[in-house]
Amino acid sequence: MNYSVIIPYLLEGTVTALRLFALTLLLAVPLGLIVARLRAAKSPFINLPIRFYLLLMRGTPLLLQLIFFMYFPPFVLDISIDRFMAAIIAFSLNYGAYFAEIFRGGIDSIPQGQAEAAKVLGFSPWQTFSRITLPQVIKRVIPASANECMTLVKDTALAQTIGVFELFRAAQNTTSREVSIIPIIIAGAFYLIMNSVVAAIFSRAEKKLSYYKG
Amino acid sequence: MKSENYQTEIAEQQTVLEVSELRKAFGELSVLENINFTVKHGEVVAIIGPSGSGKSTLLRLINQLEQVDGGNITVCGQILCANDANSNAIYSNQEILRQIRLKIGLVFQNFNLFPHFNIERNLTEAPTVVLGQTKEEVAAHARQLLSKLGLADKAKAYPWQLSGGQQQRAAIARALALNPEILFFDEPTSALDPELTGEVLKVIRSLAEENMTMVVVTHEMAFARELADRIIFMDQGLIIENGTPDEVFSSDNARTRNFLRRYHE
Ligand SMILES: Nc1ncnc2c1ncn2[C@@H]1O[C@H](COP(=O)(O)OP(=O)(O)O)[C@@H](O)[C@H]1O
Ligand SMILES: [Mg+2]
Repeated sequence: MNYSVIIPYLLEGTVTALRLFALTLLLAVPLGLIVARLRAAKSPFINLPIRFYLLLMRGTPLLLQLIFFMYFPPFVLDISIDRFMAAIIAFSLNYGAYFAEIFRGGIDSIPQGQAEAAKVLGFSPWQTFSRITLPQVIKRVIPASANECMTLVKDTALAQTIGVFELFRAAQNTTSREVSIIPIIIAGAFYLIMNSVVAAIFSRAEKKLSYYKG
Repeated sequence: MKSENYQTEIAEQQTVLEVSELRKAFGELSVLENINFTVKHGEVVAIIGPSGSGKSTLLRLINQLEQVDGGNITVCGQILCANDANSNAIYSNQEILRQIRLKIGLVFQNFNLFPHFNIERNLTEAPTVVLGQTKEEVAAHARQLLSKLGLADKAKAYPWQLSGGQQQRAAIARALALNPEILFFDEPTSALDPELTGEVLKVIRSLAEENMTMVVVTHEMAFARELADRIIFMDQGLIIENGTPDEVFSSDNARTRNFLRRYHE
């Protein structure tokens, strides 16, 4: 086996996995925040579609969603879509739903008195959310978000089912070409390294926010 | 003529809060009925009454934390809400509501300090963000308030590092940082251990000496009697008494006597 060929090949897949990961987070986190706030809206015209979206995304396999976003645009809407783009859309909508539920739990766990105190002090609703509620929510959602991010690192492997060349695909290709299990083990180590970094970042954030309680 | 106008103007200025025909229900449950009272500048009004009589709701309505069903509320001459022809309260526009909010301070039973800000920032955040005052003037005012309330050495501490009494004093300082015209307290010592209530009451007493207009919901009868210019006794959503401490404590009303007797045992 020629490692000087295999390793760069696997690294190439790793870069794609990281791009999937980063872009998904970039879209899913703000989406989750918006959805969490809309989910709390009193009007059923806002509330109900949001609930339906949450059910759909959390109630069907991510694999199915990936395939849906790969084939729905070209076959039904007659729009051609890049595989990578389809994967980003599916991942973002799916993870947006999970993040929304995490954020909703976080927002609900902040005592009502915080927003009331802020209102009495003259803060606008947006100032209250951004300066009082959100910073406290962030602290509370760190553990659950860490889980979600680590799962996302692993879930990027699913993108290969719609033909995105990422780490898992690269490892599989090499394994069958070389008739060796080593590439799969190397890929496993790469995932592990990525997730160690993710875990380290979150535990640092947790430590940083431990200066206050409540 | 001119001097007469002037007189009425003064009289109007002196009324900080005017509440009339106020009513509020939560669904079927009527919580406040026909509430009428005024608070003049520099007055200290104590509100007493059994649990569930609507004291908190009254404060929350005036502080815009609950929606008024009917009645009129005027703060420093600005109308918060006023009855229409059908006795349904109509609120003023958002800008007026905002201005009124800035004239009123509220101190909660459980403090509600912002846990992620240190004590100094708890005081400075609203004046900077809401009033747009400069960091320097806000910081100077905060320092002055903290030392007045005996918290000078706690400026950089976080709320969880303070005792209950210190937290409540910090919450009072936070409300004072906006220079309110009138300050409301909702059972400010009820969440405190008995040995810590004294330090909070002392602060309220010193504010009274500075002529701060205050409305204090309290179960501390001795304190109410000693400090208040007027005591309002509420029961089941009604104002039963509204008079000087001597008047209220010597009232013939059966409900009043019944309530006060329990606090004399
Ligand atoms: N948000 C609410 N929804 C329904 N009922 C409420 C609400 N807030 C208060 N109440 C009810 O209103 C009544 C008066 O409550 P409150 O104003 O807190 O009394 P107090 O402060 O005098 O103890 C109580 O019966 C209470 O259960
Ligand atoms: Mg109460």
